[in-house]
Amino acid sequence: MEKTLEKDEKAGLKHAADDLTEDLETAFDEPSVPPAPFICVENYNFFYGSAQTLHDVTFDMPERQVTAIIGPSGCGKSTLLRNINRMNDLVDGTSHTGDIKIRNQSIYDPNFEVTEIRKRIGMVFQKSNPFPKSIYENVVYSLRVAGQKNKSLLDEAAEASLKAAALWDEVKDRLDESALGLSGGQMQRLCIARAIANRPEILLMDEPCSALDPIATAKIEELIYELKKEFTIVIVTHNMQQAARVSDWTAFFYMGKLIEFDTTKRIFMSPSVKQTEDYITGRFG
Amino acid sequence: MARVVESPAETEPVPPRELQLFLGNKDAYGLSFKYLDETAVVSRQYPKTIFRMERLEYGDAVGFPVRLEYGDGPAIPAEAADFETKLRSEVLEVAARWKRIKHLEKKKIGRINLEMEKIRIREKIMKKRDTDISRLAARRDRLQKDYEALASESAGLRRLQQANQIAYRLASGQERRIPTGNIVDFYYPNRLGFTDRLGIFFHKIRIFLMEEPREANTEGGVFPAIFGTFVMTVMMSIAVTPFGVLAAIYLREYARQGFMVRSVRIAVNNLAGVPSIVFGVFGLGFFVYFVGGTIDQLFFHDSLPTPTFGTGGILWAALTLALLTVPVVIVATEEALAAVPRGMREGSLACGASKWQTIKNIVLPAAAPGILTGLILAMARGASEVAPLMLVGVVKLAPNLPLDGIFPFVHLERKFMHLGFHIYDLGFQSPDSEAAKPMVFATTLLLIGLVVLLNLGAIMIRQRIRKKYFVGAF
Repeated sequence: MEKTLEKDEKAGLKHAADDLTEDLETAFDEPSVPPAPFICVENYNFFYGSAQTLHDVTFDMPERQVTAIIGPSGCGKSTLLRNINRMNDLVDGTSHTGDIKIRNQSIYDPNFEVTEIRKRIGMVFQKSNPFPKSIYENVVYSLRVAGQKNKSLLDEAAEASLKAAALWDEVKDRLDESALGLSGGQMQRLCIARAIANRPEILLMDEPCSALDPIATAKIEELIYELKKEFTIVIVTHNMQQAARVSDWTAFFYMGKLIEFDTTKRIFMSPSVKQTEDYITGRFG
Repeated sequence: MARVVESPAETEPVPPRELQLFLGNKDAYGLSFKYLDETAVVSRQYPKTIFRMERLEYGDAVGFPVRLEYGDGPAIPAEAADFETKLRSEVLEVAARWKRIKHLEKKKIGRINLEMEKIRIREKIMKKRDTDISRLAARRDRLQKDYEALASESAGLRRLQQANQIAYRLASGQERRIPTGNIVDFYYPNRLGFTDRLGIFFHKIRIFLMEEPREANTEGGVFPAIFGTFVMTVMMSIAVTPFGVLAAIYLREYARQGFMVRSVRIAVNNLAGVPSIVFGVFGLGFFVYFVGGTIDQLFFHDSLPTPTFGTGGILWAALTLALLTVPVVIVATEEALAAVPRGMREGSLACGASKWQTIKNIVLPAAAPGILTGLILAMARGASEVAPLMLVGVVKLAPNLPLDGIFPFVHLERKFMHLGFHIYDLGFQSPDSEAAKPMVFATTLLLIGLVVLLNLGAIMIRQRIRKKYFVGAF
């Protein structure tokens, strides 16, 4: 009895893995030349109080490509993402060693205002978090806080980013209405529009589709595919199919350590570490 | 009002009902109400000719009119057909004259007094410096002349008020006469139809709301008290809002959460439980004597020893109440700030906003309804507080409103009247508490109404903010 169950389970997993392979075959082409590193994480350790959540992480994320960070819950993938724009500075009692560099510039450089770094990096959160303002004001928020007052420039930026976020047609007639009246998927796309409104170099996405239905998810994934032409995208996801579909590179984290980092195709088709394979085929996590 | 007694053996004998009779004519009887055993009533009459006069002094008079006596002409007997119209026109004329007298004495003479006071102070300064004061003296003489002219004009008017008299007979048969200048209004109660009664009812409400009190506050209206309460509450809100909100922002957003902040929070919560009279004592010691006294020393040195700010006034009262209500605002604001989702702040910071930009643009608007709730509670508490006010500036009768047409228009140092204190004063300090009773009830209702009105206003603002920002998500 037990054996058959196990067998069934294995068969199911096998089936899932096959599905994944199919996805992989169709979803992306492997990057031919290794591109120039853009975000470099160097010997990075991170601590919440005395608990170490990232252990000696080192890898380079390439420019204008999508890097997916996968791993089981609590493996430190969100922590790493939130450190790229120094969001974890807000949490009391955190510390780090090592460095993260963007275009060879350390984000911890004391000559840099943290707000300046964040202006170069857009971020989309797991739970969509539109401000209690109008749709228009949401989109141009980053420009407003940067001191932009020119109305026509703001209008232009709002239209461009809403179009880029594939939301323009749905909201162009109600830009002055509250953003909180949008649907969940629309809200998340609004947050993406907001994150790219001031043309950042990097777009960080922290499980952007985890609260969305499949249709909204598909829309956002399409969007990511479009956006990578302009932005370097780092996406944290629980959904391996999603990682396989949207990313060019994949980093697998486990217990705060980077286990493997390679092109998505290699990670999913022929991972070199056993743990990665186990995770991808669903044996744990 | 018959009472059915089913088994007389078990219930106590019903005490006879007492009637409270309004006598009026306090000048004649010494009291205006009398209690009477109902069983002693033999018959009731409703004479059509009985009339009631509202007077400037001694409350209302009730009696039968006899005649209207003119100082320079023949008297008109009450039986004459034109008696009522003549009396009506006389009363209107008297009212117009009172208005003129008030204008002369309060506005014009008041202004001259103000000028004189300024000259006195200037003179004091100039004498110290040994400068020539002849010009000042000339100006004072001119003012004195103006004053005398105005004073004699008003004295003449006052004489006219006494010229004509009305004679009336009391129910006891005694005949009395008073100058028509004392009459505010009159009517024949038993001749009134329903609409007339309604008219008098609304007329009295209008007087109650719009006019100044007379006769130790038991007659007339309560307008200065309404105005004082309103202005003080608004001033208190203006003072308490930035103070409380900034304190809460600091405690919640900037201060390092540790022992110090926790102690401050506990202290703030305890502050809400301190008896209000203690705040009054603190306000008197700190605001009135220390701050006010210092201001007087620095800026109003010349008018000392008469205090300007060094005595109770509407500003000190508002600040004392602001202290009293600040814990409410702090606690409510902290709660509201804590309730703003973390994701919203992070979203703003991720857009490159600084901490202050985030608080200003995102956190405060999102917390505004909660902050306003705190303000509403603070206003409700502040507007109905009396005890501390008695120490820091409320008075039984304020000669002037805190806002008026004389420069600088807002007089923060002035004493003021307050509905809460008015209730206390009427109900427990007035010489004739029976006569003041209706005023006490009406004033209480009005105070509650005013608090409700202020709250409704704030609630409407909150609703509007909510609508603006929170159209139900999803």
